[in-house]
Amino acid sequence: MHATPNLYDYWPYAGRPKIEWPGGKKLAFWIAPNIEFYEFMPPNNPKRQPWPNAIPNVQQYSQRDFGNRVGHLRLMELLDRYNLRGSVSLNVALCDHHPEIIEDCVKRDWEFFSHGIYNTRYSYGLTPEQEQAVLDDSIKTVEKASGQRIRGYLAPALTHTEHTLDLIAKNDFWYSCDLFQDDQPQPLKTKTGKLVSMPYSLEVNDVITYSVMGMDPERYSDILKRHFDQLLLEGERSGTVMCIPLHAYLVSQPNRIKMFEQALAHICAHKDDVWFATGKDIAKHFIDNYWDSSLEDIKQRGVATGGTGFNPKGGA
Amino acid sequence: MDKSYLKYPKRGYGQDHDFYDWRMAKDRPKLKWSGGAKVAISFIIPLEFFPLNPSGSPFKHPGAMVTPYPDLRHFTVRDYGNRVGVYRILKALEESGVQATFAVNGEIAKRYPPLMEIIKSQGHEVAAHGLSTDHIHHVDLTAEDEVSLMIETEQHFDFENRPIGWMSPARHQSTKTLELLAVRAFSYCLDWEMDQVPVTAKTENGDITLIPNSYELSDFTLLHIRRQSEEAWLSQMKASIELLLEEHDRFGSQMLGLTLTPYVIGQPFRIWALQALLAHIKDTDNVSIFTAGNIATQFASQNASPT
Repeated sequence: MHATPNLYDYWPYAGRPKIEWPGGKKLAFWIAPNIEFYEFMPPNNPKRQPWPNAIPNVQQYSQRDFGNRVGHLRLMELLDRYNLRGSVSLNVALCDHHPEIIEDCVKRDWEFFSHGIYNTRYSYGLTPEQEQAVLDDSIKTVEKASGQRIRGYLAPALTHTEHTLDLIAKNDFWYSCDLFQDDQPQPLKTKTGKLVSMPYSLEVNDVITYSVMGMDPERYSDILKRHFDQLLLEGERSGTVMCIPLHAYLVSQPNRIKMFEQALAHICAHKDDVWFATGKDIAKHFIDNYWDSSLEDIKQRGVATGGTGFNPKGGA
Repeated sequence: MDKSYLKYPKRGYGQDHDFYDWRMAKDRPKLKWSGGAKVAISFIIPLEFFPLNPSGSPFKHPGAMVTPYPDLRHFTVRDYGNRVGVYRILKALEESGVQATFAVNGEIAKRYPPLMEIIKSQGHEVAAHGLSTDHIHHVDLTAEDEVSLMIETEQHFDFENRPIGWMSPARHQSTKTLELLAVRAFSYCLDWEMDQVPVTAKTENGDITLIPNSYELSDFTLLHIRRQSEEAWLSQMKASIELLLEEHDRFGSQMLGLTLTPYVIGQPFRIWALQALLAHIKDTDNVSIFTAGNIATQFASQNASPT
């Protein structure tokens, strides 16, 4: 076990070289609806129980099912009104269970990235071969359902192994949403590939705000606006990224979605300064334009420690 | 229970330890802060290293890893504070022209030299905050082990300007910590919060000033643990200042030790509240911001502690 992941180097936020998003925009905004399938009777993982209390957890399961039956469409139609394309954090088994939802996304030209097979199957205890099988499954399943080659990853239920990021880099993924250390993208230190750490703004994820922090709808809308305003202000010096990670089983509840819309309206009123993008767009722009200069700046002003993730001395 | 459980050997007037004497607020000598400030504020900014593989011994430090190894989620959320959030705090302090005390884990000083440089270049104070969140001082350590932890911590700081202040990880101590800090020539400690003014702690190996550091007013407590809003945090900071101003005639100049946690108040959606507090302090007469070290010096010069 390691004290640090060594997946990225220390990079002081102040004084970084300027990132400009396409069209000279200051903030790259993306929205990530999590489209998830939680199993009714999942197998147990010795490191983590799939549900609080015991299975079947009827209330929790059916609330997730509400997200799939009712919630996604509400959210999709809301995003349609603001011409926003989602980047879907997808439990890929949902392609088999509920293909109608996938079709709704494809129709809207939304991007998919993998959020594992099920949100009730964790990475803990998987061998690298087993994790590779999850990635193969993810790539193939989404390709078959949508024609898209996925380029992003968010490990299911935020569960990882020491190999996760090396494996996704090796499989030609471009971005990982697994790390929350920054409001700007940063190159990750994987053995191969060019993998970007994509800001996923976990602190404004609706699971954190509604469920963990217990925010009411008005307060959530308020902090989304403040989060956006601050990152837009800072984006003038060097382009920032804001994501709103969402879960329809929460945000699309009848008590919340209208108030959530107020935050979206605020954000979308800043079109001149904001690049409305998907995860893949942002990752590609960063890799094409800022990969080398970021590494150079980290070397100059940060603390470049060498090695790769969970492999501080480097080597194969 | 053993019958000793109902024996009370320390039962008697005053404190049940020997570090300081019992003294009620109404009985203490009145202090004066420089510039005539009736209320002094010290901002204490912890810079903490949360290892991905904590031992969790003798207990889990607040904010330590939560999910099974590797808990990349909590590691990176905490690290966000040291990479991004702290720079928002530094900018707010700079714009307001005030200095704060950064309580820094030795592991952070070692790992993040660029951060240490900017803190020093902007005139802030650095206090030692132990080695890391996984190096808690507690009674099961021998004095030798505890001193070793202190020496190892000190070695990560600039020797010429070594910190004179100390905050223990999790503000947790053994019964020997204060004495050992005095031996190591630390002049003040941020673990205790027994009064609204500093208090001198006496040990067999010298004195050390206890600078009160409020848990109840900390951003970590109010915003993170209790999940209150930024508006609620801000109004409580203002109310505290107002109360101490009101009490000045009776109790003299008092102080507030206020924690600003980079991964909490340094979030994009929260930093406005710190900016608003700093503006409020600037606009309020007779309230001044000092580093903890400055307060310790002012306190020592008034020689106001009872013996």
